[in-house]
Amino acid sequence: MHLEYQVYEADFVNAGAASSAIKKTLKQLNVSPQIVKRVVVALYEAEVNAIAHAYGGMIYADIEPDKIILKVEDKGPGIPDIAWAMQEGNSTASPEVRNMGFGAGMGLPNIQKNVDKLNVTSTVGVGTTVEMEVNFT
Amino acid sequence: MKLREISELLNAKVRCGEDRLDEEHETAFASDLMSDVLTLGDYNPVILTGLCNMQTIRTCEMGNLDIIVLVRRKKATDEMIEEAEDEGMVVMESDFSMFKACGLLFNAGMQPIF
Repeated sequence: MHLEYQVYEADFVNAGAASSAIKKTLKQLNVSPQIVKRVVVALYEAEVNAIAHAYGGMIYADIEPDKIILKVEDKGPGIPDIAWAMQEGNSTASPEVRNMGFGAGMGLPNIQKNVDKLNVTSTVGVGTTVEMEVNFT
Repeated sequence: MKLREISELLNAKVRCGEDRLDEEHETAFASDLMSDVLTLGDYNPVILTGLCNMQTIRTCEMGNLDIIVLVRRKKATDEMIEEAEDEGMVVMESDFSMFKACGLLFNAGMQPIF
């Protein structure tokens, strides 16, 4: 099953809508609640990143019998130093993002803890792509 | 502790989920940072937070956390309550500070999750 969602820059009102939709789909497919939570926490962090740090982007989800493959592709400033961004506590979030309860530098580390495979690629001035996989078993 | 006792201890107004007030919960977690709230694994503690916007509800939805106590006189918007009701959550509002709310619950036997 292939799903696609568009997200928009600074659209905090709808931030989480795509993650919520995928959560409902996985529940309907009887994926275990623990796995659903891992998928959704990782995707939600990535979704918020695309809204908070970039100029929006696309979320692609491919649900296979034994795993989910997620790709969050944003158009944005890019990440100059991915290793720095992966460390807990490091953040470039704006005051507005911090007011929403994010920007503590936990997003990418939180994603890493919840997925089985993670690949972050970024080009400064173009955008960032976060690819994640979570196995169902 | 029953959710009803929590609402009484914190002098809290229950905005939604009144039908769940007889449920027992033993643990609580307090944070204004939503990424922290998303690190709780399979636990479902009572969440105390002073962060009061749609992301509070959304984050708890993503984390399978369904009991929220808003502290520091924060009031949920109707939109937040509508979303929380859709998710079957309990939302309470207390005028107490985070420190006071946590202290009262800890004294009454609520446990931390770590």
